[in-house]
Amino acid sequence: METGRKIGGVILSFENISLSFGGVKALTNIGFDVREHEIRAIIGPNGAGKSSMLNVINGVYHPQEGEIIFRGKHRRGMNTYESAKSGIARTFQNIALFKGMSVLDNIMTGRNLKMRSNFLLDAIYLGPAKREEIEHRKKVEEIIDFLEIQHIRKTPVGRLAYGLQKRVELGRALAAEPSILLLDEPMAGMNVEEKQDMCRFILDVNDQLGTTIVLIEHDMGVVMDISDRVVVLDYGKKIGDGTPDEVRSNPDVINAYLGVAH
Amino acid sequence: MFYREAGQFKATYAADNQIFPIRQDRIGMAMILLVAFLAVPLFASPYYLSAILIPFLIFALAALGLNILTGYAGQLSLGTAAFMAVGAFASYNFMLRVEGMPILVAFALSGLCAAAVGILFGLPSLRIRGFYLAASTLATQFFIVWCLTKIGWFTNYSSSGVITAQPIEILGYTFHTPASKYLFVLVVVSVMALLAKNMVRSNTGRSWMAIRDMDMAAEVIGFRQVHTKLLAFAVSSFYCGVAGALYAYAYLGTVEPEGFSIELSFRILFMVIIGGIGSVLGSFLGSAFIVLLPTALNVLFHFLETGLGLDLPSGISSSVELMVFGILIIFFLIVEPHGLARLWQIGKEKLRLWPFPH
Amino acid sequence: MQFFLEVLLGGLLSGIMYSLVALGFVLIYKASGVFNFAQGAMVFFAALTAVGLHDMGLSLWLAVPLTMVVMIVLAFAIEKVVLRPLVNQPEITLFMVTIGLTFFIEGLAQAIWGASVRRLELGIEDVPLEFLLEHAGMAISQFDLVAAGIAFVLVAALAIFFSKTKVGRALRAVADDHQAALSIGIPLQQIWVIVWGVAGFVALVAGLLWGARNGVQFALTFVALKALPVLILGGFTSVPGAIVGGLIIGASEKLAEVFLGPYVGGGIEGWFPYVLALLFLLVRPEGLFGEKIIRRI
Repeated sequence: METGRKIGGVILSFENISLSFGGVKALTNIGFDVREHEIRAIIGPNGAGKSSMLNVINGVYHPQEGEIIFRGKHRRGMNTYESAKSGIARTFQNIALFKGMSVLDNIMTGRNLKMRSNFLLDAIYLGPAKREEIEHRKKVEEIIDFLEIQHIRKTPVGRLAYGLQKRVELGRALAAEPSILLLDEPMAGMNVEEKQDMCRFILDVNDQLGTTIVLIEHDMGVVMDISDRVVVLDYGKKIGDGTPDEVRSNPDVINAYLGVAH
Repeated sequence: MFYREAGQFKATYAADNQIFPIRQDRIGMAMILLVAFLAVPLFASPYYLSAILIPFLIFALAALGLNILTGYAGQLSLGTAAFMAVGAFASYNFMLRVEGMPILVAFALSGLCAAAVGILFGLPSLRIRGFYLAASTLATQFFIVWCLTKIGWFTNYSSSGVITAQPIEILGYTFHTPASKYLFVLVVVSVMALLAKNMVRSNTGRSWMAIRDMDMAAEVIGFRQVHTKLLAFAVSSFYCGVAGALYAYAYLGTVEPEGFSIELSFRILFMVIIGGIGSVLGSFLGSAFIVLLPTALNVLFHFLETGLGLDLPSGISSSVELMVFGILIIFFLIVEPHGLARLWQIGKEKLRLWPFPH
Repeated sequence: MQFFLEVLLGGLLSGIMYSLVALGFVLIYKASGVFNFAQGAMVFFAALTAVGLHDMGLSLWLAVPLTMVVMIVLAFAIEKVVLRPLVNQPEITLFMVTIGLTFFIEGLAQAIWGASVRRLELGIEDVPLEFLLEHAGMAISQFDLVAAGIAFVLVAALAIFFSKTKVGRALRAVADDHQAALSIGIPLQQIWVIVWGVAGFVALVAGLLWGARNGVQFALTFVALKALPVLILGGFTSVPGAIVGGLIIGASEKLAEVFLGPYVGGGIEGWFPYVLALLFLLVRPEGLFGEKIIRRI
């Protein structure tokens, strides 16, 4: 995929990452890197460990072995708060929106780390809290415009169709102005038009804001079209790493997807 | 026809963020406040003020506190009455032992005491959730009441365990008539309700709701569980503490630790359930309902006995009250889990269309 | 040492009584995923109905089965009016509905039978067992021993029921996921009536025993609250757990009251079990026998 943007140096790299839950090995000896401003796809059959890999990146799971190097700093045990503060945002496979709140409020929660107000100022409202609320509202409205969801901004999220919920979740992640965006199957369950819209949003985010994107996706057409490089996982191990074309012709990858006996 | 938003466009985010964006609502609220502050104290009977309106306001404040904890932050608590007790007894001791302590300062300090206790007993919420948490709040409820009973210092070594609240005095003026006490309570409750409303519609409220709805995802966005949950406990307990102080000073006059029992905790929980979880308005509606229900039933039974000549056993009123509570809770949870507040909202929606069907 | 054993045994036996109430909770939770806060009220209602019928002239042999019929009717009513409209609602909603049920049943019981305390004679004396008194010098109540025996029989029967029978398996399926159970053809309504009926039976047994010991009065409903620490320790879904939990709570409560109480002015029983449960939860949030809750991101 040709674009005018420049892909930068390595911003995130993993060495020998191993993760297990009890006796189950989710990830074995995973090593790959992510370059700034690129779109990196993680693909693989179901159960390959893709979501676990994403969870390792943003601190939900801590690997038993291995190193994570983020912007030159070694961090294995980074927790979710620290990773959010460092500029990593994500969406979830099974949508994790706050069902009780409206679209606007959900996306506003994404601004949390940028807000400096405390509960006392909030209680008084007039003055600093009000100014901050409006300032952040402006930014959130830009995202709402970008994602074309103005008409549902006050609707409680639980009432929206699946495709729209996924868009709202993307909005929430974008609200944090992240440098790295982790997307866990952002197009699952969508029809062709919705997928095209989502692709467009992802590409625009990457193009206009320069956000590095790591995405898990099953739709091979999408992956091959929009990603710069691809990592292939199978049974927790890395079996392919390279540009979409390289990966597509890799015999191990073909075997994994067609289910040849190991 | 009357309740139309036509022509009321919001040109700024500030305007969109108002508590009452619709002009008719603003007018309605202004009228309610006018009636509450001016008409009621002048025209309402002392009985109505002391036995209905004052407890309505005080319980609404406690229900608001519980709503913040359980409704907005999703931490189910059965220890509300214990925090009220802390507020009541702390106020008593501040007024008793500190020379010249202004009463509002005493209330604020006792709220802070309750908040401190709330944070302490809220620590388990960092590891426990759901009804396990509710069960552990029972520990709070029983332990605190036991402490207040057993440790004589709290009740100033009164032999019966009962304390008498000091009169409410501000700048030399003593609030001893029902009307003056009512105004005092009204001012405190209104201010605190406004502060609560501001909190819940801002980032603080969003952080609570995020933790309530999906605490794992909330962490990923940067809401820290520890801060958010303990803040909810602190603010909620502050509100319940002040409510407890008002309960002692402006309503009962004399209190004992046993008066803040598990039954009171349940009563306030019902106000929150029936009024509407996660709603400031709901706290008031629920309180009104629960305070008025016994009176309404009494009137009903009185009518049945005298008007229709039915011979009903004594105590039937309280049994039926229990049954009606039960039925209403079941009814609301089946039909409208969001309580009276949602019914009110639906009513307003219908009103916007009236007289058209859709 | 002797005194310690005596208090311990007394505590264990009274713990069995808590277990009986907790058992009802476990049954309903295990089979319908509902935490039935109304169990205490059911205990009260069952005991009051049995005693009320007895006081009206019926012999206990007639009153008790009749009460059982009433409890089954109650189970039907609850299933139809309360549970059916709330299929697959979140647990917290169902829990709050049972709080509503509690108040309704309590009010109903008082409306029908009045509010005064009733005595209940079961024919078993609350006196020390001669045998133990003579040979071991310990005063253990006969009544408590009989209650323990009954409880053990009940537990054994229920444990077998759940693991070995078809109905038992169906109950466990329902507890896991209502809709999934419906989709494989499990008759949800029938199952729930069975479960609440059995829980009603357990409530009746518990009610009779508790009532004979302390008199049948409104305070009986608060026994339900005491069952909560039992459930926390033993796990909400384990039948043997309810017994073990009850034993631990009963014993620790009595021991704390007798040995720690005098130093702090007494009355520890009121909060000790809850604090114990709380401390326990901090270490093991699922209870001793409970199932570990796994949450997927």
